[in-house]
Amino acid sequence: MIEIKGVHKSFGDLEVLKGIDLNVNSGEVVSIIGASGSGKSTLLYCINAIEKINSGNIIVDDIDVHDKKTDKNKLRQNLGMVFQQWNSFPHLTVLENAALAPRIVKGFTKEEAEEIARKELVHVGLGDKLDVYPTRMSGGQQQRLAIARALAMKPAYMLFDEVTSALDPELVGEVLDTLRLLRDDGMTMICVTHEISFAKEVSDKVAFFHKGLIEEMGPPDEVLGNPQRERTQQFLSKVL
Amino acid sequence: MDNYEFHWNVVFDAFPQLLSGAFTTIHVSVLSMLLGIVIAVLLALGKMSDSKIFYNMANIWIETARNLPALFLIYMAYFGLGAYGIHLSPYFSVFSALVFINAGYLAETFRGGFQSIPTTQYSAAKSLGMNSLKVYRHVILPQMFRRIYHPMTNQFVWSILMSSLGILVGMNELSGETQRLQSTSFRTLEFFIVAAVMYFVITKLVLLASGLIAKKVFKGELS
Ligand SMILES: Nc1ncnc2c1ncn2[C@@H]1O[C@H](COP(=O)(O)OP(=O)(O)OP(=O)(O)O)[C@@H](O)[C@H]1O
Ligand SMILES: [Mg+2]
Repeated sequence: MIEIKGVHKSFGDLEVLKGIDLNVNSGEVVSIIGASGSGKSTLLYCINAIEKINSGNIIVDDIDVHDKKTDKNKLRQNLGMVFQQWNSFPHLTVLENAALAPRIVKGFTKEEAEEIARKELVHVGLGDKLDVYPTRMSGGQQQRLAIARALAMKPAYMLFDEVTSALDPELVGEVLDTLRLLRDDGMTMICVTHEISFAKEVSDKVAFFHKGLIEEMGPPDEVLGNPQRERTQQFLSKVL
Repeated sequence: MDNYEFHWNVVFDAFPQLLSGAFTTIHVSVLSMLLGIVIAVLLALGKMSDSKIFYNMANIWIETARNLPALFLIYMAYFGLGAYGIHLSPYFSVFSALVFINAGYLAETFRGGFQSIPTTQYSAAKSLGMNSLKVYRHVILPQMFRRIYHPMTNQFVWSILMSSLGILVGMNELSGETQRLQSTSFRTLEFFIVAAVMYFVITKLVLLASGLIAKKVFKGELS
């Protein structure tokens, strides 16, 4: 379970998160929507400790993420993250991309790591691309590689930051299908997304961010189907 | 020189001396490259550091190395320091100047190579649980290395060619040796033609080897 309590975060004078409270239960899919600059990505970076927070707490399975004593590298093994830009490692093949962290972080042998990696790559539909270099693949394929690479660390949670918004429209579908696959596997996920209909379909809970605060949160049918707050209505009328 | 007659025998007889000159050329180029690389790493770090002192020291070195003729630097090392009672051998003067210049140029190559790796590569690797050392070792440096590899090869070739300035301070590298041999035998053209061919062969071999190594080591493409 991920518990986010009263999280404040500033970049210099700019307060980007102004007191975020959010719980994500095991097996839940939570979608975060909101205008550009509302702090959605920043929250994800704070959850896996790539960014520090100013106050509040983020607890992942009883571990306080921002406690000085927390081993951040160990924590991140449990929190897979996929970014808008897919960030394939261009000097490694698809298989090596996905096998790298299991080998050098978890200490598996090359064979073991490649076996784990191969399973995840087959799962996301890249079984025929193992020996290809990622720059030879489409954005959609590279994004699926990024997902498989994160899954190869066997995280309990996956954080997705607008993983389809840098893709050509015809490639969005294959990546969303991969996310559906993970949901069906029971993966706990936080998805920052601009795909409203996708959020409606897969989420257990939707949070609408506005200027560093959660303006409205609840089941997708309510927040997206029948929003109560004026700002949510305005936002949805713009993006739908 | 209308009726210049070529006499090659004297050149062939002196071939061992020419080879020894070529060896000195390679020697000084390799050593000045190696030390240049070490210093370039420090200069690149200095230029990227937040410390004003390190930044300025690195910057002065880099700007001087990149904006003065190699000849001036060799003269300064040989005659300039001599005026202060510091007498460097011809070899060491040329070596110092080449180290100074190589370090300056390579520092900018290294900095550019490092900054050309998107910071998102770093976050992506971190998010997989790698510590900083592993991120650099397995993700950043391998990508950086292939970007700086060809500029480094070029710098090495440049060093080989520039070491010929050793002729001006009496160093016995290939050009200096050629100069000495032709002045006693008066077969000027023959000696310099053979020396030119030797330079050409050396640099071609360097480029060939470098290309073969690159093919073997670098797989995949840069993003
Ligand atoms: N490293 C940083 N340094 C300074 N300011 C930052 C940094 N990262 C983000 N910001 C600022 O914080 C604010 C929130 O950014 P964030 O990326 O979290 O927004 P977002 O909701 O993800 O927006 P988008 O939909 O455009 O991705 C923005 O004003 C942004 O400019
Ligand atoms: Mg964002």
